[in-house]
Amino acid sequence: MDFLRPARWEEALAAKAEHPAAVPIAGGTDVMVEINFDHRRPSHLLDLTRVTELYTWQDAGDRVRLGAAVPYARVIERLAGELPGLALAARTVGSPQIRNRGSVGGNLGAASPAGDSHPALLAAGAEVEAESVRGTRLIPVEEFYTGVKRNALAPDELIRAVHVRKATGPQQFSKVGTRNAMVIAVCAFALALHPDTRTVRTGIGSAAPTPVRARTAEDFLNAALAEARCWDTGAPVPPAVAAEFARLASAACRPIDDVRGSAAYRRHAVGVMARRTLAWAWEQHTTGEGTARCA
Amino acid sequence: MRPTRTDLTQQSTRGGIGASTLRPDGGLKVTGEFAYASDLWHEDMLWGHTLRSPHAHARIVSLDTAEALATPGVHAVLTHADLPAATRYGLEVQDAPVLADGVVRHHGEPVALVAADHPETARRAAAKIKAVYEQLPVVTDEKSATAPGAPLLHPARADKHAPHVPHPNVVHCQPVVRGDVEAARARAHAVVTGDYEVGMQDQAFLGPESGLAVPAEDGGVDLYIATQWLHADLRQIAPVLGLPEDKVRMTLSGVGGAFGGREDLSMQAHACLLALRTGRPVKMVYNRFESFFGHVHRHPARLHYEHGADRDGGLLFVRCRIVLDGGAYTSSSPSVVGNAASLAVGPYACDNVDVEALALYTNNPPCGAMRGFGAVQACFAYEAQMDRLAAELGLDPVEFRRRNAVSQGSVMPTGQVIDAPAPVAELLRRVKALPLPPERQWETAGGSADLRALPGGVSNTSHGEGVVRGVGYAVGIKNVGFSEGFDDYSTARVRLESVAGEPVATVRTAMAEVGQGGVTVHAQIARTELGVAEVTLQPADTRMGSAGSTSASRQTYVTGGAIKAACEAVRERVLELGRAKFGTYHPAWATAELLLEGGKIVTDGGEVLAGLADVLDGEEPVEAERVWRHRPTEPFDLRSGQGQGHVQYSFAAHRAVVEVDTELGLVKVVELACAQDVGKALNPLSVVGQIHGATTQGLGLAVMEEIAVDPATGLVRNPSFTDYLIPTVLDTPAMPVDILELADAHAPYGLRGVGEAPTLSATPAVVAAVRQATGLPLRRVPLRPEHLTGTDVPA
Amino acid sequence: MRVNVTVNGRPRQADDVWEGESLLYLLRERLGLPGSKNACEQGECGSCTVRLDGVPVCACLVAAGQAHGRDVVTVEGLAARAGAAEGHLSPVQQAFVDAGAVQCGFCTPGLLVAADDLLERDPDPSDADIREALSGNLCRCTGYEKILDAVRLAAARTARSGQGA
Repeated sequence: MDFLRPARWEEALAAKAEHPAAVPIAGGTDVMVEINFDHRRPSHLLDLTRVTELYTWQDAGDRVRLGAAVPYARVIERLAGELPGLALAARTVGSPQIRNRGSVGGNLGAASPAGDSHPALLAAGAEVEAESVRGTRLIPVEEFYTGVKRNALAPDELIRAVHVRKATGPQQFSKVGTRNAMVIAVCAFALALHPDTRTVRTGIGSAAPTPVRARTAEDFLNAALAEARCWDTGAPVPPAVAAEFARLASAACRPIDDVRGSAAYRRHAVGVMARRTLAWAWEQHTTGEGTARCA
Repeated sequence: MRPTRTDLTQQSTRGGIGASTLRPDGGLKVTGEFAYASDLWHEDMLWGHTLRSPHAHARIVSLDTAEALATPGVHAVLTHADLPAATRYGLEVQDAPVLADGVVRHHGEPVALVAADHPETARRAAAKIKAVYEQLPVVTDEKSATAPGAPLLHPARADKHAPHVPHPNVVHCQPVVRGDVEAARARAHAVVTGDYEVGMQDQAFLGPESGLAVPAEDGGVDLYIATQWLHADLRQIAPVLGLPEDKVRMTLSGVGGAFGGREDLSMQAHACLLALRTGRPVKMVYNRFESFFGHVHRHPARLHYEHGADRDGGLLFVRCRIVLDGGAYTSSSPSVVGNAASLAVGPYACDNVDVEALALYTNNPPCGAMRGFGAVQACFAYEAQMDRLAAELGLDPVEFRRRNAVSQGSVMPTGQVIDAPAPVAELLRRVKALPLPPERQWETAGGSADLRALPGGVSNTSHGEGVVRGVGYAVGIKNVGFSEGFDDYSTARVRLESVAGEPVATVRTAMAEVGQGGVTVHAQIARTELGVAEVTLQPADTRMGSAGSTSASRQTYVTGGAIKAACEAVRERVLELGRAKFGTYHPAWATAELLLEGGKIVTDGGEVLAGLADVLDGEEPVEAERVWRHRPTEPFDLRSGQGQGHVQYSFAAHRAVVEVDTELGLVKVVELACAQDVGKALNPLSVVGQIHGATTQGLGLAVMEEIAVDPATGLVRNPSFTDYLIPTVLDTPAMPVDILELADAHAPYGLRGVGEAPTLSATPAVVAAVRQATGLPLRRVPLRPEHLTGTDVPA
Repeated sequence: MRVNVTVNGRPRQADDVWEGESLLYLLRERLGLPGSKNACEQGECGSCTVRLDGVPVCACLVAAGQAHGRDVVTVEGLAARAGAAEGHLSPVQQAFVDAGAVQCGFCTPGLLVAADDLLERDPDPSDADIREALSGNLCRCTGYEKILDAVRLAAARTARSGQGA
């Protein structure tokens, strides 16, 4: 095994071009587990922790360009205003120690269906900035996940940043685990209101081979809210609409039975979380207040 | 022998029994200097690694180690064929292969060993061992294990249980029969039956299995090891190495928790074999993945119960059948069966009992000792039954329990009379009388919700929606010490001398300190008995006689008893010395009862006769060694289960308050209050620590902890801390503790073993509370969200 | 590979480090600092918590090479970092001993580093804040009650003595 330590981004790209099998490592929260447990023996480890720009973020108009290695702890502390859904999701990642190291870029690189960032990115709207010595491309996050622990990166590409749309309305994230902290998602649900476009977007985690949006549920809800003029009046979402939205969110799941939970439970729980997160977000939207304290 | 004075327990030597003295190893443990087994290092040492079976049952067709052995940096590769002497070991039956001999019987069974100069070299070499397996059918439950033509785990078994078991895949079977259940059933006003299931729990001690074996010039080996019982290890290791026991010198190193999981051997013999083969020190350290395969677990169980009561709420009969899964090898399954059978009815008086408990051999992971040892599984079931029976009778569940609770003088189903305080009703009264925690504690002043106080925690699943509170109660009974006629003893050597003009006591035993605080209370006993402030504890090793196991809540009792006895012998000798030196100066030397207190010899009237240092000055150190036994027990009759099987009983009661997100099936335990009779709290701080720890392990079994084994393949599905979850600080509630001290006249200082009883009652109390919140029957632990939401995988 | 790292204020060097080694292995097996513990090696228990450039992390998930040129503080360096005299304990360490927060002690080093970090950021944390800050550190012996006591005790003592410091 070789340990590559590029000091600059261009060197990292060159190293990845030369060694396409090299495994990028920043926070190490996924890669080192695989190494410690002898599940993976890459020919090269490509250490990105010296590429300082990956730890920065920039305001890019209606988006935040979030460096691939910005730790979750920073997202929680500094970006909860612009990216509230992602910040909520970040707070559920692992432990304080993990949140000090793990990053959205790492979550995307691993592309586990259980990754906590994914539903929040899907709901907010995001693009992955992938780069190689051949050039840069922006991959819509919906197209980034291609299978269980597979993503759209070419062998010579690295994730440089994630472009996440700034919130224009309330966002919620909810995750079921069988422990009250330090737990991998049994399933997760994210919801973002976009009052500027009068749309609602969603993201489902750990209930299908890849993270997915519940598009049918979104379409239904967008039409129903328009029809009931809820955006104009600020009226509560009619219970029947919320119930159907939850049912459709549940139907968007393609879960499996595994050691963390049953497929039936995942479908059920996604429906409950869809209904609850919609209620919370809509209440925030109409009252301007939150209902949960983020201490 | 001098009569034991009860006022010794309140005497004036500082740091004696009854005081919350601090751990002598605390300072080293907070600075990182305390040397755990995995911290050891030796010049020239090699790293040992174990190749394990990927199958639950398979024939080893071939095993080719040539390529592994040829790997640079590899110093030895061992298989069954390389074993020098005995090839099997075991605590009760020697049936576990040191390395698999042609057949593997469970997932993760050790097949080969590698020693290399770096752990990665050893891992890579192990991966080069060409093991060819032919998979065999697996038996994973009672039905498959006892089906006609079922593969037999040990077809040639010749252990002492073989003649009386109903099937060769049954390890041991123990009935307990008393009274006339059929007649009682005919009289019963209310009868409830139920089937219950307990999942496989792991001890999940944090310090993984590890040790360092150093070959010695005399052809022997020195082993530095984390274990619960040095001498039991030694008895098993020496025959495997083909060495006399005096050439296998074992020293206890720091132990990172045990909870029963270190009672069986793990890497002890392996490290020694590699060290002897290579002539180099060999260190072995399991990682968490391997640790799940490296030790036995708590027996999963299926339990069928039938309870009947009369119209007034008197318990008329209990009938039950308890099937424990012992996995592939015997370990301590027979003793676990004995506990399950003899404690199956719980702390309730009942004249008509028909109990059968048995353990199976299967291709599942081997199961053995874990805190609560056979009593945990039964308690979950009988407490569920007691709630149901109370409901059937329209009685308050606590009052119903109190009405049927045993007390001193009650007869157990084994015929044994409880001859010490058994304040079961009082413990229940106390937990029930505690104030309930306020409702809706998640609501903040601003009207928002503090997620950390809600089911689901910071995962933001509820802001109060769907949340229902429930309260549940449970009580349990656990035996203390080794039972069923086992010769359960400990050995202690105590020395008293004058060092620089101060009296100093030195205590030496082979007790394994695993975190429980034995070292703290043992020093306290010496202070109390010898009246000295300065007590040094010497390291535990096998040059000293056995202290028995650090299990069964027994070390304060038994090794404490041995230290007390050795101290008494030292005290007699010191008083003789005093009389010889100073007896002529004061008539009280001859006439008064004399005590050692505060570094002095005093009369029982408080008059100081001499300083201890003055008596000891110029003398050889006064030293005494004592082997001490608790009163004997006897085996249970194989047909009736009758017998004076247990030394002592301990009791704890819990009240659980939970809040359940009934829509998502998530549970937040809000409070878990415990009342326990400890006889005498030798160190109240440590006692509370034991109760908290035991309670939390019971909570874990209730709501999250289970090793998932695929019933079709026998493979472990979650051998990691990612998927085997134990409670975090956010899952663990406030745990008020109410300690009762009713002395057991048979035990030193009246003490009662503390460490296990709360593990029993915590689990059923939590589940009872969840039942109250949800109205669901909940017959299985750990509870999963699926059970609370009707979304379980169909069986 | 060679790794140079500052540990507890001292520059240290290790040679022939295998590229897959963790910072935890480097500390424990190469630098003679076994205080950080190897309980899970998968970031799920916190027993190996150290400060890396001031930030609490699981040393098992930091590749040894990633620590090159960085600053590490382990449990062995806590007392000195707190300005305790030679042979004395830091306030958090002393509180863990005094409160009965130590049983087997295997989780203790990681908890101490995490608690030390919490009290540095928030000298007077609420119970809920303590719980959330320590939620990455598993303990199997104590049920956490005495650990919470210890952190409260350390906070109270530091507040009292800190009036002048």
